[in-house]
Amino acid sequence: MGSAPELAESPMGSATQLAESPMGSAPELAESPVGTGVARPPSLLLGQHDPMQTVPTALPLRPPAHRVDPRARTWWLLRGLGVAAGIALPQLVVALVLGGPGWLWGTLGATVVVGLVYAAVVPGVLFRIHRWEVTDEAVYTLSGWLVREWRIAPISRVQTVDTEHGPLQQLLGLASVTVTTASARGPVVIRALAAGDAAELARQLTETTQAMPGDAT
Amino acid sequence: MTDWRRLDPRMLVVAPARALVRLVPVLLVLLVTGRGDDPVRLWISAGITVLVVLAGIVRWRTTKYRITPERVELHSGWIRRQRRSVPRDRIRTVDLTATPLHRLFRLDVVVVHAAGTGVEHRHGGLELDAVAATEGEGLRAELLDRGAARPAEPSDEVELARLDWTWVRFAPLTFSALAGIGAVAAAAFNLAGELGLSPRRMAVDAVAARLSNAPLWLAIGIVGLALLALAVVGSVVIFVERWWGYRLLRENGRLHVRRGLLTTRSLTVAEDRLRGVGVHEPLLLRAGRGAQTRALSTGLGRNAQSGALQPPAPRAEAHRVAAAALARLHPGEAPDPTRATLHRHPRAALRRRLSRALVPVAVLVVATVVVGRVWPAWDWLWPTALVLLPLAALLAWDRYRALGHTLTPTYLVSRLGGFSRRTVAVQRTGIVGWRVRQSVFQRRAGLVTLEAVTAAGDGGYPILDVDPVTAVDLVEQTTPGLLSAAGSRTARA
Repeated sequence: MGSAPELAESPMGSATQLAESPMGSAPELAESPVGTGVARPPSLLLGQHDPMQTVPTALPLRPPAHRVDPRARTWWLLRGLGVAAGIALPQLVVALVLGGPGWLWGTLGATVVVGLVYAAVVPGVLFRIHRWEVTDEAVYTLSGWLVREWRIAPISRVQTVDTEHGPLQQLLGLASVTVTTASARGPVVIRALAAGDAAELARQLTETTQAMPGDAT
Repeated sequence: MTDWRRLDPRMLVVAPARALVRLVPVLLVLLVTGRGDDPVRLWISAGITVLVVLAGIVRWRTTKYRITPERVELHSGWIRRQRRSVPRDRIRTVDLTATPLHRLFRLDVVVVHAAGTGVEHRHGGLELDAVAATEGEGLRAELLDRGAARPAEPSDEVELARLDWTWVRFAPLTFSALAGIGAVAAAAFNLAGELGLSPRRMAVDAVAARLSNAPLWLAIGIVGLALLALAVVGSVVIFVERWWGYRLLRENGRLHVRRGLLTTRSLTVAEDRLRGVGVHEPLLLRAGRGAQTRALSTGLGRNAQSGALQPPAPRAEAHRVAAAALARLHPGEAPDPTRATLHRHPRAALRRRLSRALVPVAVLVVATVVVGRVWPAWDWLWPTALVLLPLAALLAWDRYRALGHTLTPTYLVSRLGGFSRRTVAVQRTGIVGWRVRQSVFQRRAGLVTLEAVTAAGDGGYPILDVDPVTAVDLVEQTTPGLLSAAGSRTARA
């Protein structure tokens, strides 16, 4: 966990820079996430468009155009703190009430430090990595932290589109959009969008997919 | 045909009989053991029997199904009522099974698997337990027949494969068979225990006493040989029970697998729902030059044997069946994708396999060295652990050599695995999405894992540790236009 700050700078930096590069300068699109008429690079492929962009270790795809809602940082922060508190509290209780062994204070201290470092660093990193986009052909997301994950689902194969608001997300006015295909191997989830944008995106995706023939298997 | 139908009335006998068979140990314990003739025990046994029979009647009375032009519906249960309904155009496979008891009464259990989205999928199939055997075949034809969608072909039945008894030699090389022996042994032990006999007291202790007088190596050798003999015999028995009368047929655009000695099983896969095949080679089977082909179809169950198109067989036979099963999907093309030459993965993939295999073993070795230092009595442990290092390296090399992928005109073919190697050919049009994962270590090594997501089989088939550029090329070539949005949507529909 302690190595998180380095991670954010070194290998991960490649994608992060990409995100900030002219091609990825899409964040302003975030205000109209579903805008279809907005000019955007036609292809997800890097390389033939910009030969200077040689990325040896990351995927030669441009990152998805849109960031998630900035409030997502608060969401990830609260979730991280929640988990840390969940681990720290029992230790505190045992240490105080039962006068537990001395090393318990050590692990408690470690839990608190790791939790704080996580809270300080990770939400920002996650916010920089998490991106999404709906092109004419596909739903495209990038997520993950230690394990980065790109998901591409062809629009023609989308079966259902759901929105979801967890309790924390509701508090922050956020929502997730879940796009399922016929596969049992996990749907494509776009987390932490502004609730209104999520509803609009779900509506548009549903409309598009309903127009598609076939049962998408 | 939209009337509600009931299960076969013979189930009034079969269901309670099956329940009673399961309760035999309990009833025996109640009736046989204990001292004196206590009438209470008799009454309890009689009560159980009456309850079981009543439950059978209630089950039969409350279960009904119907097949409408659009859906198959099943209502069941009395206190906890269940209503299940499957759209007919989602039906992918229909299984017929019959346990010996069912066969005695000429009944078949019909299980309908449907391609599901999310929730539906996890529930497995819709089960009709049971209908008359004659009706079962009719139901299957009725359920899989998608009406006017298919022109009336002549009812040609082509045999693609049948059992060759020399394949029994592969039986001891499958792990599922070994697991089966464990189950049989455990069941026998339990039954004996419930009957008040102690196999331990009777046989095991006596043998153990003799063996403990013999030298250690002899004792270990004898026990090992005995276990091996049991494993071989047991696996052959299981093989015979499972694959007796095996035939693979093609009929009216469907693949039928028929097999089974005591319990007969018959799996039917609609050919247009086939999304590819996988040739599985678990380590032992591979050592014996054997393999097994399984169908990749939407709506198959998830247990180890699901979709098996053949018993463990010689490798060439497995590939032949794989090709034969796919032959009709793309007429005109010679489909032999599982034997296609695969592209090797980069050397970095070998380094990653090696580090993944060696690092845990190295940690183990260090731990045993520490243990040896602290407790000198355990000093012999670390040289033993050291032996694991070359073994792990060998396994890693083997796993690396397995890695490969290629793209044929209609299939994406990939292979991976050491202990359980599999070569999977997925129809390109059956791929419903992509997933690319890159861990911190893979990022350092410049590799990614590309997973083709499909509705069939496991749901996703990974191509382990490829170059990122190769991965993106594969995606773009397999599903043209997906990444370069220039492609027209209608062209791919």
